[in-house]
Amino acid sequence: MPETLLMGAVAYAPKVVTIWEGFKAYFAERGLAFDYVLYSNYERQVEAQFEGAIHVAWNSPLAWVRAERMARARGVAVSAVAMRDTDRDLSSLIVVRAGAGIESFADLRGRTVGFGAVDSPQATLIPLEHLSRHGLQAGRDFTARRFDQLGGKHGDHIGGERDAALALTRGEIDAACMIDSNHLAFTTEGILPAGGTRILAQTDAYDHCNFTVSPGAPTELVDRFVELLLAMSWDDPAARPLMELEGLKQWLPGRTTGYALLERAVDEQGFYDADGRILAADYR
Amino acid sequence: MNRVFTTPMDASSPPTIDSEALGFDRGAHLLVKHALAGVAVGSTLRVVSKAPGFRAHVVAWCRSQGHGVSFDEAGRALIVRGGYQTGRWRGAERSGRSDPRSPDAVAEQAKASWGLAARGSTVEAGGPEWDFALDRKHEVWADEAVDLYRQALAAQWDPETAADWNAPFELPDEVEDAVVQVMTYLIENENAALLVPARFLGRIHPHYREIMQLLAIQVADEARHVDVFTRRARLKGREPALSTVGGQLSLKTLVDEPDFSVAAFLLSVLGEGTFVNLLNFLHVHAPDPVTRRIARLAARDEARHVAFGMAHLSRRLNSEPELRARLANAIELRHDTLSAGGAGLNEEVFDALVLLAAGEWTPAAIAAGFERVQALQSEMAEGRRLRLCRLGFDEPEAERLASLHTRNFM
Ligand SMILES: [Fe+2]
Ligand SMILES: [Fe+2]
Repeated sequence: MPETLLMGAVAYAPKVVTIWEGFKAYFAERGLAFDYVLYSNYERQVEAQFEGAIHVAWNSPLAWVRAERMARARGVAVSAVAMRDTDRDLSSLIVVRAGAGIESFADLRGRTVGFGAVDSPQATLIPLEHLSRHGLQAGRDFTARRFDQLGGKHGDHIGGERDAALALTRGEIDAACMIDSNHLAFTTEGILPAGGTRILAQTDAYDHCNFTVSPGAPTELVDRFVELLLAMSWDDPAARPLMELEGLKQWLPGRTTGYALLERAVDEQGFYDADGRILAADYR
Repeated sequence: MNRVFTTPMDASSPPTIDSEALGFDRGAHLLVKHALAGVAVGSTLRVVSKAPGFRAHVVAWCRSQGHGVSFDEAGRALIVRGGYQTGRWRGAERSGRSDPRSPDAVAEQAKASWGLAARGSTVEAGGPEWDFALDRKHEVWADEAVDLYRQALAAQWDPETAADWNAPFELPDEVEDAVVQVMTYLIENENAALLVPARFLGRIHPHYREIMQLLAIQVADEARHVDVFTRRARLKGREPALSTVGGQLSLKTLVDEPDFSVAAFLLSVLGEGTFVNLLNFLHVHAPDPVTRRIARLAARDEARHVAFGMAHLSRRLNSEPELRARLANAIELRHDTLSAGGAGLNEEVFDALVLLAAGEWTPAAIAAGFERVQALQSEMAEGRRLRLCRLGFDEPEAERLASLHTRNFM
């Protein structure tokens, strides 16, 4: 039996090292030997979960969808054991310039819509699904312009959404897609002028990241890991900086009820097949 | 704003605020926060809003703050207050008091976690541990720092206007050369006097605000001294003159001194104290009005620097008389180091002082100048002896140590 719990995480920004070094020390002080392996992209991380390289993975929602499909195809199981309070019930927004005369989905016909990275659930896949549900297909009804940042990072990096927002204010695109909290952040920071944009549409709620347990991972270690996570308290000054860096107030048990929207988007847009193979041709 | 809630609290409806058309992109969160402070953790606040985008923003904001939120049939937000805002201040610590005169205002040891926090503020737990080497009161403190800082502020002067740089005078070439040599020497010493407090400044815990402020203004004083002595050196179109190994060796032992109190002793009590005599000498005997004026201005500043050194050492020696032996050792060690290296007041500076005080190239004038410089030297030694006595050194020891001080003066 291994004595060290190995976790995979994607290095989407330098702070990832700070975060997991902090967690490593935090767990060590509480008697759990924990180490982390950094991947440059989620695809390799999910694949590593089936090669026995890591016991758990801090997965994006899209990585969870793929892991779940790969597990089913192999007759094994993965599970989502924990997530942040801030991973639950997010929504994405389709934002237009105020006064641009775009009042409805129909007004987007013939226009250019900005999206995030090709593999961003919040800024690309889910908004595309939302538009399609309202009868609008990229290429046919509107021009999709992608603000690619770091493919393989599943949109973790905020840069693509920010670039799209900036392009919207410059009039280079007619609409931009972004997660609700980023719209709030961009307007608060002044990247989007207050009152200068209007929310044309809001998607249904969906969930974001989770800790995904690899098939055959040692149960006791994983249980201890989850137990320590859920016991982390915002009131504890040793834990609070880590929680702030990772953007949460409270760890919650994992749930898998919030990924249906993304599943639909993945199927409709042919991102992965039912076995978790990558189909998207332009995905690098 | 006194009235937060637009409807009274009663059992049937939760407290409610109306943020009208103010969106979260224009500061509505302030109203919500303010109102939430008035409801218990776990209780509900109802928010009415006509702002576009309100629904998406209130959800995103509540998620980030750890509050729950849902909406009623009328589209009003029902925010359930989370407990995270208060959690942040659990274990927070008050870092003394701002007024240094109130009891327990200034800690005997400043905590690393207080860091840059204003003294008297409440510091959140779990912050970074700062590495301020001088974090004990007795290592740096003097009660007089408050007044000296105020005096220093009131006594700041502008080199541009404090002296009349256009005052007409013409000196014989050799006398002008002598003035330039003395200025060259002064600049070198002022550089040391600037660097010593500057290097300690970055190591003092900001909890000892008054000391930090006083040293900062002292550094600014020295910057002005470098400024005016450089201007005077260049006033008649000359470059600064000679810099000797001996002079720099002496100053290097000062700049290299790692202990704050020992450095304050060597620099302020002995060095700057001696410099006050030198500057007063220049004020009286310099051959031109510009040199006399700037020497006077610098001497006033130096007197404050000496006063802080004396105040700090007196305080520390009071509670730590064994420090006296360390201070005596420091003088002896410096003396030995410098004697071995042949350091001392260089001949050029000594001759220049004589000539400057002579003012002209005649045997009678030179004799007078020589006499004046000798008087200056005994005045300097006497000043050092008196200050050492005031710091509690006994008479013979004070006399002996005063004579061991570097011949470079600073
Ligand atoms: Fe000075
Ligand atoms: Fe000084």
